[in-house]
Amino acid sequence: MQSSSLSKNKSSLKRVLSAENREQMKYKCRKFIFGSKDTEGAGKLFVIYLLLISIGFVYLYPVLYMISKSFMNLNDLLDTSINWIPSQMYLDNYKQALKSMDYWKTFRDSVVVAGIPTLINVVICAIVGYGFARYEFKGKKLLIGLLLFSFILPPQATMMPTYVFYTNLGLINSLKAFVVPAVLGQGIKSQIFILIFYNFFRQIPKVLIEAAKIDGAGHFKIFRKIALPSAAPAILVVFLFSIVWYWNESYLTQLYVVGAFTSNADTYHWSSLIVSLKNFENSYNTARSVAGSGMVDINESIKMAGTMLSILPLLLMYLVLQKQFVESVDRTGITGE
Amino acid sequence: MKKNGRKIKPGELERRENAIGYLFILPWLIGLVALVLWPMAQSFQYSLNKIRLLPQGMAKVYVGFENYSQIFLKDPDFIMGLETYLLETLISVPVIVAFSLIIAMLLNQKISCRGLFRMIFFLPIIIASGPVMQQLADQEAASIPMMNVTMIEQLLDEYLPHVLAVSITSVFSNMITLLWYSGVQILIFLAALQKIDTSLYEAAKMDGGSKWECFWKITLPTVKPMILLNVVYTVIFMSNNEQNSLIVLIYDTMLSATGGYGYASAMAWLYSLIESAIVILFALLIMGRKDVYERRAKKHRREMKKEARLEKKIRRRGERNERKYAKQQLKQKQKQSKKSA
Repeated sequence: MQSSSLSKNKSSLKRVLSAENREQMKYKCRKFIFGSKDTEGAGKLFVIYLLLISIGFVYLYPVLYMISKSFMNLNDLLDTSINWIPSQMYLDNYKQALKSMDYWKTFRDSVVVAGIPTLINVVICAIVGYGFARYEFKGKKLLIGLLLFSFILPPQATMMPTYVFYTNLGLINSLKAFVVPAVLGQGIKSQIFILIFYNFFRQIPKVLIEAAKIDGAGHFKIFRKIALPSAAPAILVVFLFSIVWYWNESYLTQLYVVGAFTSNADTYHWSSLIVSLKNFENSYNTARSVAGSGMVDINESIKMAGTMLSILPLLLMYLVLQKQFVESVDRTGITGE
Repeated sequence: MKKNGRKIKPGELERRENAIGYLFILPWLIGLVALVLWPMAQSFQYSLNKIRLLPQGMAKVYVGFENYSQIFLKDPDFIMGLETYLLETLISVPVIVAFSLIIAMLLNQKISCRGLFRMIFFLPIIIASGPVMQQLADQEAASIPMMNVTMIEQLLDEYLPHVLAVSITSVFSNMITLLWYSGVQILIFLAALQKIDTSLYEAAKMDGGSKWECFWKITLPTVKPMILLNVVYTVIFMSNNEQNSLIVLIYDTMLSATGGYGYASAMAWLYSLIESAIVILFALLIMGRKDVYERRAKKHRREMKKEARLEKKIRRRGERNERKYAKQQLKQKQKQSKKSA
């Protein structure tokens, strides 16, 4: 009888212990999956990574699709069993796209068309942003309001008179049509860049400027020697964004610089990669009719090769500069106060 | 006390120095007048005229608001385009902004390979331009292939009106395009999230706040101005995009024989007005919504006012009663004095 009670006691103790154990295990498991207040749980991390990777795949999908399609020959395109990986590295698409886009000349033009307005943009926006940030003149609030207004205003509202204006001044069909607005601080999205510089220059301590003034520096010298050198991150951001936006601007480039509607033989004929991508099919067909049997009918692979070629320079630039691109945004205070 | 203007008033020097600021912003000022305000006025003037391009210049005939009435009465393209534009914008702008906030928050966590993920998510800023998107859309590479859109459409069609169902489905079928348009927004949100003081979260944790509560009561109120900024940016980006059918229509009309500059200007003005209306609508929706603290403060203020009013009321009633009582007493006294007399 005693022994039975003892065993009963033992078993109950065991049960209690095991229950406690189980409870502990449960707690540990929960901690492992959901994390405590201080550490992330593995399950949570797994979900975060899963989300990031799947969304990242969706982001990359068009690029991967582009790359894979651009290497396929006609047989691969028609073969339903080939989905992603082409049967061989077929480079003819690229060759033909290069030929029809007149790639090297177009590339050089693109660099100039995007590069020169960008440089001007950086300089002018820095000057204007500094003017807004450093001086407290009359009507400053109103002018900043107008700056924001000109950002919100859709470009179509001023499109037609501007076109007439440029035609009258003889700016159409040349780089001047991009240079003049950039000099006047009205380039593509210049308003954003002015705001970036404005926010940045406001952070410069006033003491620094006063010290320079006491040492006898003039207004422009202060700007050149003190404000500009400290604005390197802002300059980088503005430069990168500006060159990307100029590079990707197809409609204005076509209308003003390339001269889609009025072609003049004696001036230099500008072109840009994005514009030639826009008219890819037409230009390919004309190139084909000139070249004769050397070129095949246009197909998806050739189109994708052309698209790839037109974004390749930007892609390379991004791969090289991506760290600066991503991190400088934190440092410039793009978000303002 | 010389009188030849040598005497300098207090603040004069500072004012004179600040005038140099005009010199700095002079290029922009000229540009504003020459390339924004003046063309705007001119385009409004165009929209009131019928304009034909002749070899010797433009021939204008004043027609008043006929161009505008013609848009509404005779141009089905514009009205239909406007309808789809409105629906698409109203649906896809919140989707883009909410989505970019989520991605920014995911990227803001302490995880490995953060640089790689950031690089992937900012890639669209570089390559998402009109012609590239056009090429991709032509090949149907801009939609997620595994997603069965027709099923979603059928499902939605049962519960919602047809127009709404179609536009929601278009959001799904252009998912990648929408995701690709959210590059800049992610960048802005991420920069804002990194600026939030971490001690706020620590304090909340001390008080036993969960992550969910932290999001609603710390993160969201802090990034609220950025939400407004992003919404405005998205609306402008979507509206001024070359993929937008209305923009294409305006450009085509500008150069067509039947339309011309005047008619296209009228369209552009109408479009600009509608776009600004959308921006204002979103701005009101966001800024109008008060967050928890503002609401609580407002409630508290209201209660204080109520209490004060009650107090005043009671006091006044007391005063009135006192006066009444005094009057009664006076009457009684008079009566007594009459009686005694």
